[in-house]
Amino acid sequence: MSKINQHILTCGGTGCRASESKELAQNLRDEIASNPAIEGSVKVVECGCFGFCEKGPIVKMLPDNTFYTQVKPTNAKEIIEEHIVKGRKIENLLYTDPVTKEVIDESKNMGFYKKQHRIALRNCGFVDPENIGEYIAREGYEALGRAIFEQEPQVIIDTIKASGLRGRGGGGFPTGLKWEFTKNAKGDQKYVVCNADEGDPGAFMDRSILEGDPHSIIEAMAICAYAIGANEGLVYIRAEYPLAIDRLKIAIKQAEETGLLGDNILGSDFSFKITIKYGAGAFVCGEETALIQSMEGLRGEPNLKPPFPAESGYFQKPTNVNNVETLANIPVILNKGADWYASMGTEKSKGTKVFALAGKINNVGLIEVPMGTTLREVIFDIGGGIKDGKKFKAVQTGGPSGGCLTEEHLDTPIDFDNLLAIGSMMGSGGMVVLDEDDCMVSMAQFYLEFTVEESCGKCAPCRIGNKRLHETLEKITQGKGVMEDLHQLRNMSEVIKETSLCGLGQTSPNPVLSTLDNFWDEYVEHVEDKKCVAGQCKSMLRYVITEEDCVGCTACVRVCPTNAITGTKKKPHIINQDLCIKCGACMDKCSFDSILLIA
Amino acid sequence: MSKIKSLSDLRKMREDMLSSLELRENADSDQAMVQVKIGMATSGIAAGAREIFNFFASALPKRNIKAIVTQTGDMGIKYAEPLVMITVPGKEAVVFGKVDIDKADEIIETYIKKGELVDGVVPQSYKTI
Ligand SMILES: Cc1cc2nc3c(=O)[nH]c(=O)nc-3n(C[C@H](O)[C@H](O)[C@H](O)COP(=O)(O)O)c2cc1C
Ligand code: SF4
Repeated sequence: MSKINQHILTCGGTGCRASESKELAQNLRDEIASNPAIEGSVKVVECGCFGFCEKGPIVKMLPDNTFYTQVKPTNAKEIIEEHIVKGRKIENLLYTDPVTKEVIDESKNMGFYKKQHRIALRNCGFVDPENIGEYIAREGYEALGRAIFEQEPQVIIDTIKASGLRGRGGGGFPTGLKWEFTKNAKGDQKYVVCNADEGDPGAFMDRSILEGDPHSIIEAMAICAYAIGANEGLVYIRAEYPLAIDRLKIAIKQAEETGLLGDNILGSDFSFKITIKYGAGAFVCGEETALIQSMEGLRGEPNLKPPFPAESGYFQKPTNVNNVETLANIPVILNKGADWYASMGTEKSKGTKVFALAGKINNVGLIEVPMGTTLREVIFDIGGGIKDGKKFKAVQTGGPSGGCLTEEHLDTPIDFDNLLAIGSMMGSGGMVVLDEDDCMVSMAQFYLEFTVEESCGKCAPCRIGNKRLHETLEKITQGKGVMEDLHQLRNMSEVIKETSLCGLGQTSPNPVLSTLDNFWDEYVEHVEDKKCVAGQCKSMLRYVITEEDCVGCTACVRVCPTNAITGTKKKPHIINQDLCIKCGACMDKCSFDSILLIA
Repeated sequence: MSKIKSLSDLRKMREDMLSSLELRENADSDQAMVQVKIGMATSGIAAGAREIFNFFASALPKRNIKAIVTQTGDMGIKYAEPLVMITVPGKEAVVFGKVDIDKADEIIETYIKKGELVDGVVPQSYKTI
């Protein structure tokens, strides 16, 4: 048997698996096994997410680095026979840049990857997440080993502090400081918790890290435990993430079997174990105090802080809660040093941030960029610009807690403080791009709908206030709004922000406030002119008959359920707007294209 | 899986595992390796491909060239066997036909080392790797 000298990497993330990447990997293995000339020299590796979800499933051929997109299980034969055996690229699987129309063979030449810097995602799409050996080969568990044998807990905490790492779960709290608080808190038993609840609609960074590189989270939790003096860890993960849960379980088992988790890690006297707790997928359970209650078996409702979990958390014991992405950075920082990490980013936000790009953008997917990259670079250079040549209108960052930013904000360097200053926030890293066809009032309504659904109801401002906000927005999108409503929206938003108990209510009016600030004219148009320029608010659209084209065939008259159409036979007809219920039946029926829908 | 009982054991395991990832690490770096593929289906072997394979496999490391030598199947250009495909990082792959030991030596010295093409290139109508 010859030595393995070619690797075929396939994406085994949730997104690509939905497009049969697992079958593809199996077909590739079968093809290789049936060809004696190459058997034993080619290896198929199922990795985590490559990030380029827009064109998944992705296949990367090594050593030549060819990058194939949208590969189907039926392409396996061709890949083996043409690429591997004959050394010919399969041109119709190569990526074509949607803007330049250039065919690109290698991922490193793609705009999507050029400006990225992958730290938290360093192993995603590179290693086999179900093989601890590959993680170890990437300096895995080195930081933990050095910590246990060579470093005092305070040294580790000082390194994390000096790196400037801030929590990626949304709050942006300095991680080293949080560890120090938990270390200094009094208690015989302490806990490390990994928050993998990830409830923002559209977000999948944490899921991808757990699917693509679960050992980095295990190692980081163990390091944290050593630093704060804990020996038990919990991962709180939503049950809707079956693949992430599977990979995490496999990783925990492998780490236990190799002595990197459990009693006497690496032969030292440090012991640490991890258990998994499942969440039912409520957004509010991502809030750390609600999360802790949920893990204790209680209803997932937030509690007033202080006391912070660092003092009194899981079963009233000092508990350090960190987000998945925050943790993924820890081993690298310890291996490469605080200075290295702090050299990236802006003055107060160091390192990189992972974003989930979604909406009307060419390259939907998962990206990681240095803090301080501008929104323009993310949307146009990495994201490949707006789909179908449409015009950029806004970008929503921070999910239901964030806001909509416009053209004028595009050159803002992204970091925690800059986004707050312009009325949005980093949140966990969702980024939804909107184009000219999106209505901003409807956008705010969409997020409020989510908030109303997810509010736990414990406090009145959030429970009742958000409902009122939603009703008012609905009134406006239905064309029944009055100017007073706009002032009410602002007043209510401010009260809800100030008086809600937890972060959910304190941030839920942000989508309303930011659209009021940035798209005031659009609100006014909805209210005064009953007009939605984006054409999204159905109730404001009007069906009209163009006089020149109407032959008076009366076909529309017969289908209109409300008898809104009148006219004399063989003469142009008209639609009575007061009676029209906007069902569109007339437009479907008309053979002369004489009925139009206008804003 | 056996237990890792110390930090030095962990490091030893890493050393052992490194080779399995070398291919991937190198592909992403700028010092990607030269790739040599030799067509070794039945007809290739009959034409002497195995000898050529052995020559590349031993000569390249001796001459300090980081390369991956692979055998492959029928490359579909039977008249010119033995066939050798060379991919120098950053360049399109080139297929040489009717390669004997002298030609192989010339390919290493002139094409791989200096980047100058030598005779014997088989034209390809496909985009090669
Ligand atoms: C409504 C709400 C939902 C949240 N959801 C999450 C979540 O899904 N994942 C997460 O890591 N943090 C979430 N957070 C933030 C957590 O409360 C907490 O700040 C975070 O887990 C701390 O980790 P970090 O410092 O590493 O960011 C949420 C906060 C609020 C108010
Ligand atoms: S703000 Fe909303 S989610 Fe938070 S405690 Fe109050 S009702 Fe519950």
